[in-house]
Amino acid sequence: MQLGFLVDLHLCMGCKGCEIACKVENEVPLSTWRLRVKYVDVGMYPETKRTFTPLRCNHCANAPCERICPVSALHYIENGIVNIDKERCIGCAGCIMACPYGAIYIDPETQTADKCTYCAHRIASSMMPACVVACPVQANIFGDLDDPTSEISRYIQDHHDTRVRKPEKGTNPHHYYVGGGDVNLNPLASERVEGYSLFNNITHLPVGGHH
Amino acid sequence: MHAAIEATNAVVTLDVGLPGIVWGWIITMNMWAKSIGTGVIFLLFYLLKKYPNEAGYLRFPVTVVSLVFIHIFLLFTVIDLHHIFRFWHIFTQPHFTSAITVGAWIVTGLVALLFLMAFTVFIKKNTASFDKMLTWAVVISIPVTLYTAAIMAEATARELWQMPTEAVQMLLAATLTGSATLILMGGRLSYEAKRDLGLILGLSAFVAFIVYMSEMVFGPMKGEEIIVTLQAVKGAGQYTTMFWIGQAAAFILPMVLVLLSISSRSESLLKLASILAIAGLWIVKYVWLVIPQLLNLS
Ligand code: SF4
Ligand code: SF4
Repeated sequence: MQLGFLVDLHLCMGCKGCEIACKVENEVPLSTWRLRVKYVDVGMYPETKRTFTPLRCNHCANAPCERICPVSALHYIENGIVNIDKERCIGCAGCIMACPYGAIYIDPETQTADKCTYCAHRIASSMMPACVVACPVQANIFGDLDDPTSEISRYIQDHHDTRVRKPEKGTNPHHYYVGGGDVNLNPLASERVEGYSLFNNITHLPVGGHH
Repeated sequence: MHAAIEATNAVVTLDVGLPGIVWGWIITMNMWAKSIGTGVIFLLFYLLKKYPNEAGYLRFPVTVVSLVFIHIFLLFTVIDLHHIFRFWHIFTQPHFTSAITVGAWIVTGLVALLFLMAFTVFIKKNTASFDKMLTWAVVISIPVTLYTAAIMAEATARELWQMPTEAVQMLLAATLTGSATLILMGGRLSYEAKRDLGLILGLSAFVAFIVYMSEMVFGPMKGEEIIVTLQAVKGAGQYTTMFWIGQAAAFILPMVLVLLSISSRSESLLKLASILAIAGLWIVKYVWLVIPQLLNLS
């Protein structure tokens, strides 16, 4: 079994329901995130368009975070999820430096690395990840990529504009986007203008707390 | 503004990136101290081969300096961990695909050997055994000084850290600071020995400078992430001044001072070159460590 995720960006309306569901389900502390929805505005007024992109760990088949972790705190489980054992983590931050997607953070409360686990604890009880359940437009599709009849496999077969983030990194992500382009998926294709974001007063806490 | 942004004309209006620099000055201290700790071993080996009689007195003090700096390196490695008191997991639950683990194990071997060497030469007064062990210390010091480059190469989110160049830079940092430290420690050495150390210092500085400049000039050929990263040290970038202060102090001035000292047989110029190289390397390492971390990954 190889679990995977797909987000249909044609459907996503940027409500952030998935983000909040994830925060609540996994008790993700303030200033950190396992899943977030990025907004990018394209064009010049009045010809403008806003795109929404939920970003989470890609559960890469060739995960640099797993490789660099000195104590196997990041490890694969048999359903293909890249999971984390917080009891093992020594907090070296190697994984933060290795993940090309910025998917890992140091939990300021436990001082250990953390990231999206595809809600591995819910999967173990045959439940869907919290973000999938919360999505009002069913933009999140989750399932077994090894099973050609699963919804996610059929979705990939039916949509020719399926993409992954940063394929050139060779990480082989198990997280797909339908309807995504450079603007959504390439961080270098959009500008970040200081002071012009929707919420200007973002609190930047130190990564761990001891620095 | 670079090409991709111009093409898309897109602006991020809501995003919460990871806050700040994750590996900061503590990791700079780690790399800097390790260069000195391993470099003095390389240079002691050279001096004992070439000038066995006059360099003999350096056996014990150099071993102590190596031990001190390797321990500074280990201290700063451990205090950078968010779970300092779990560091032994590297030994009890090791994951050997990680250069962090492999490095930690090899350093442990080097530390044990250095203590044995200090004991052999200071208590046992056995220089023959010391010299045999020194050969092994040199062999082990090579991966010890290189493994940080492997960690940086495994940190694949930071494309600036390319494995072949980082490995060369780590080795050069060791010969640069090793020769500089021995110039400062080797007051009783003959001028010829000091000149040799000066030449190693000057050549290390020269090659390291060339490698940095090659990355600066030819870096953009490698990928857009590198172009964006290098903007931090080019033109009016955030780290331009610090980058050039580091290059000047660690490489350019020591090269010039070594040349001047050879033409004038001046030992004080060599000492000045050494101090500049040791201090400058800290700045060089710091800039190269932090600038790829300024890049937003998502
Ligand atoms: S997205 Fe990042 S954290 Fe997730 S598996 Fe890939 S490398 Fe690891
Ligand atoms: S921070 Fe924790 S999970 Fe990440 S690499 Fe270090 S030990 Fe592994």
